[in-house]
Amino acid sequence: MTATDKPKAPGLLDGRFSPTRPLAASGNLFAFALDVVRALPKRPFQIREFIQQTWFIASVTILPTALVAIPFGAVIALQLGSLTRQLGAQSFTGSASVLAVLREASPIVTALLIAGAGGSAICADLGARKIRDEIDAMEVLGISPIQRLVVPRVLASMLVAVLLNGLVSVVGVAGGYFFNVVLQGGTPGAYLASFSALAQVQDFWSGEIKALIFGLIAAVVASYKGLRAGGGPKGVGDAVNQSVVITFLLLFAVNFVITAIYFQLVPPKGQ
Amino acid sequence: MGVAVEVENLSKSFGSQNIWSDVTLTLPPGEISVLLGPSGTGKSVFLKSLVGLLKPEKGTIVIKDIDLVRTSEHKLYEIRKLFGVLFQDGALFGSMNLFDNIAFPLREHTKKSESEIKSIVLEKMEMVGLEGAEGKLPGEISGGMRKRAGLARALVLDPEIILFDEPDSGLDPVRVAYLNQLIVDLNAQIDATFLIVTHDIGTARTVPDNLGLLFRRNLVMFGPREQLLTSQEPVVRQFLNGRREGPIGMSEEKDVAQVEAEMAALEARGGDDHNGIGPKGAGGGDAVPPQLTPTAGLPARKAERRRQERVARMLHEFDEETREAIRASLPEDLLAKADSGAFTPTEGSGGRHWAPEPDAVGATGRAGTTTLPRQGGDG
Repeated sequence: MTATDKPKAPGLLDGRFSPTRPLAASGNLFAFALDVVRALPKRPFQIREFIQQTWFIASVTILPTALVAIPFGAVIALQLGSLTRQLGAQSFTGSASVLAVLREASPIVTALLIAGAGGSAICADLGARKIRDEIDAMEVLGISPIQRLVVPRVLASMLVAVLLNGLVSVVGVAGGYFFNVVLQGGTPGAYLASFSALAQVQDFWSGEIKALIFGLIAAVVASYKGLRAGGGPKGVGDAVNQSVVITFLLLFAVNFVITAIYFQLVPPKGQ
Repeated sequence: MGVAVEVENLSKSFGSQNIWSDVTLTLPPGEISVLLGPSGTGKSVFLKSLVGLLKPEKGTIVIKDIDLVRTSEHKLYEIRKLFGVLFQDGALFGSMNLFDNIAFPLREHTKKSESEIKSIVLEKMEMVGLEGAEGKLPGEISGGMRKRAGLARALVLDPEIILFDEPDSGLDPVRVAYLNQLIVDLNAQIDATFLIVTHDIGTARTVPDNLGLLFRRNLVMFGPREQLLTSQEPVVRQFLNGRREGPIGMSEEKDVAQVEAEMAALEARGGDDHNGIGPKGAGGGDAVPPQLTPTAGLPARKAERRRQERVARMLHEFDEETREAIRASLPEDLLAKADSGAFTPTEGSGGRHWAPEPDAVGATGRAGTTTLPRQGGDG
């Protein structure tokens, strides 16, 4: 091995289309998630960073979430309003609307906002630190960026997701009520009375569990992409873009899986 | 006293692209070493490998009997506490002011009280000349101040090895001179092992005890400063004199015939001694300028005597000119010992001349010719 060693030919595609590449990428992401889980119980817990991040993620997500939840509840109410009339089941309008909002709409809205607003902010923040060598400097100072930066962000994102899910449920149901009763001329009493005809408490818990898992995934993917940003400011932009796309894909897939499990575990009401 | 860093047969690639291979060198404890090399030869990669941020595929980096390449993540974090690293732009945390930045390692790693932390931070800030700037954010200060703040943060845990990634980049010559003096003074005060990666030939000629040069995926040479400063190796001569004529091209590749023609033209003009001065303090042929000494009032560098003994032992390994230059720097007693043969030859006690393969570099003795192989062809 000297200077005369021929440099290896880079090859036309340089492994870019290697069939194992996606496997390696998902493996790295999973390994990163495991590292985060392993760092969770490590002391000292970064309480200050956790509070700051919780406040930050909440501040970038609360308003958009509420604003998205209103039309979401309204659309469901409108759809159900005409559908139940066609089927002659107006008395179940309120119940079906609650069911739709609690089970699906609120975790999905939470997921979109946590990934789109919270995740992208986390990814951009960590990516900017990475390209300015701050992350390297931290590692050289003997401090694990996973323990110091990623863990508090993941926990903050999970907490905020759970709280947001509650917010979306309330705002969505209220929006549905307003549109059904005020705009479509539904009966307020019947709407409220049918609330618990189909929906049950487990629906709410499943929504919260979904939100918790979505918050975890969004923060882990955003941190993973942010800490691996490279190639200057453009690299950070690319990382944010990829993190949002990957998170969306993962969240919808996970949502499907959790819903399928839920229906196996919790029997629908009245059976 | 600083600790030695022993690097052996280290190779690093990114994908199929080899950055450097078979790098072997020892940073002697407490001494200042400078690593030179054209842009893009992986000097920063080498620094990052030394602190374990990048994993080389082959070779070992041994510090205090621990191999950094193969040790566990947990041990790596422990070993890193021995290091202070000054990154190119200081790598300060943008969200914290200078005081918090410099106090950060103390708050994370020690249980010192806030008042102790304050006194340590203020002491280090004074050391690098940043009194009164505690409350400023990194975005509000100049590049030179950021570098010095980064240096203060690197010093705060009393490291035994300090790495500098281009301390001179983006600074004016006067500030570089002050920074160089600061580096020598620091070395006298804390006796840590220093490694400086730089392009600044003025720095390379006056600051270090040892010099090394990376070029074309290899460590061309590493040894006492006199060895490189008097070297006739074409790559080393070209770099230290900052001229276009020689094997190093704009994009690192150069035609052998072209190099020969250039060197002949240079010789015709009278060689390096009549070539004027190059950029970044380059020039001066093979003169060996005196080394910077600590500011008056500071203790003498402890590494100085250690180094003198080390190079006196190695004296017989060098060629005539290097020997002359080293002898000029040695005190009487060591010279007498060296001449009387009291020193038994010790192998591998520090600097090492990379022995090029016969077909790689011919005629190292003459500056006028070079026969470096072409790259990329069949070789």
